[in-house]
Amino acid sequence: MKSQDHINKSFDEELDRLYDEIKRMGDLAIGQLNAAVDVLNRRDSNAAARVVANDEAIDAIESEISMDVLKLLALRQPMARDLREVYATLRISADIERIGDYATNVAKRSMVLNNNPPLEATARIARLAKTANKLLSDALQAYADSDADLAKKVRDADAELDAQYTSYFRELVTYMIEDPRTIGSCTHLMFMAKNIERIGDHATNIAENTWFVVHGDMPEGVRKKGDKTSE
Amino acid sequence: MTTTHLDIPHKTATDAKSPAKLSARDLAFYYGDFKAIKELNLDVPENKVTALIGPSGCGKSTLLRIFNRIYSLYPKQRATGTVLLDGENVIDPAYPLNKLRSKIGMVFQKPVPFPMSIYNNVSYGISHYEKLSKSDMDVRVEQALREGALWDEVKDKLNQSALGLSGGQQQRLCIARAVALKPKVLLFDEPTSALDPIATSKIEQLITELKQQFTILIVTHNMQQAARVSDFTAFMYLGELIEHGVTETIFTKPTKKQTEDYITGRFG
Repeated sequence: MKSQDHINKSFDEELDRLYDEIKRMGDLAIGQLNAAVDVLNRRDSNAAARVVANDEAIDAIESEISMDVLKLLALRQPMARDLREVYATLRISADIERIGDYATNVAKRSMVLNNNPPLEATARIARLAKTANKLLSDALQAYADSDADLAKKVRDADAELDAQYTSYFRELVTYMIEDPRTIGSCTHLMFMAKNIERIGDHATNIAENTWFVVHGDMPEGVRKKGDKTSE
Repeated sequence: MTTTHLDIPHKTATDAKSPAKLSARDLAFYYGDFKAIKELNLDVPENKVTALIGPSGCGKSTLLRIFNRIYSLYPKQRATGTVLLDGENVIDPAYPLNKLRSKIGMVFQKPVPFPMSIYNNVSYGISHYEKLSKSDMDVRVEQALREGALWDEVKDKLNQSALGLSGGQQQRLCIARAVALKPKVLLFDEPTSALDPIATSKIEQLITELKQQFTILIVTHNMQQAARVSDFTAFMYLGELIEHGVTETIFTKPTKKQTEDYITGRFG
């Protein structure tokens, strides 16, 4: 955890503000992912449109963070861990912004799916999203608590989401071969699944930046990858 | 002759190992009964800028004062241990002070030009060590003023009083005066704390240029300045050397908590 306070208290307040902004942004992104899966399952195009519109709120916080980071760098000239925190915040905000975009894409595609008959395979999207949600929540918690061990676990756990994605990908291919009429819908589901798999990658980035804040370097070893769809 | 090497991570392949120009070994210092420096070991690498940082009273300026033996002017101050310059112990009373002053130059916080012409400020020191003809002296003065990045501003008024120069120009004159003796090491004690940002930038640029020829040790209270101008940074606290390493590392990932707390403004 952070050591003692700065002699200049307003510096602490500015750094705390960055943490608060990431928390708000992260909560919104998790909410958007859950909402996207919910509107998909309920086949509710109106609600999906609202999810798409809500992405703006995440983008707005990202802009706020960018300005705050710029101001802090110019006015405080942070050093050592302070500098790593500010740098990591900027990078993490970009990751969450992208996660928001992926959740939005899922909601957008659900509206197209609603024009076609329901597919049984749709239900598995929720499972993928649950795994991604856990990764993202843990990554954000690790960042908030400066918990490098938890961050490391998130990094290792992403392989599980990749594996689920690979298995789902193959399942969808089978569906399409069996019934070519589902090709349109299954293609959308494939993109949705890929979007969710990418959310896991960004959660891993957040975890790696958290590790960097705490230790000043990147975690050792290569990321475990379980996406075998291109093999 | 003893040559020690700093075995610290390098910035580029070309400065993998920098031989130490100046080395303090088990150096302690006393103001009467007060021990201001405690058995300190420090290698100052050749042709590099080393910044000394630390809170007031930590012994930074004292360390500089040891290196050129200013303390020997005061009866109750004494140093123990050794300070090796090119293998010779310069704090040994047998080492001639005159020789030491020509090898280790110093620039102080407040510029202190002599109350004489710009030209004479520079020639004064040289004439102590060398007998030069007028034309040879002219060449040396011009060379020193060029090295002090002051020549273009003063070449038409060399006979005017140095006291008429601005603070930044006076400080560069003091640097020119120091380099005129062709020393090996230059010590800077907060050289820009009395200067505005423009004059400060000029001095910082000058320090970067001077390291090609000299080994530089600079005391500064300005963390950003230490980060900007130095290759290596040493952090001192209560008379001890706490951490010494590549500047980049000290300011992004220091290893000691005391260093971290000091440079991030948490000390006290």
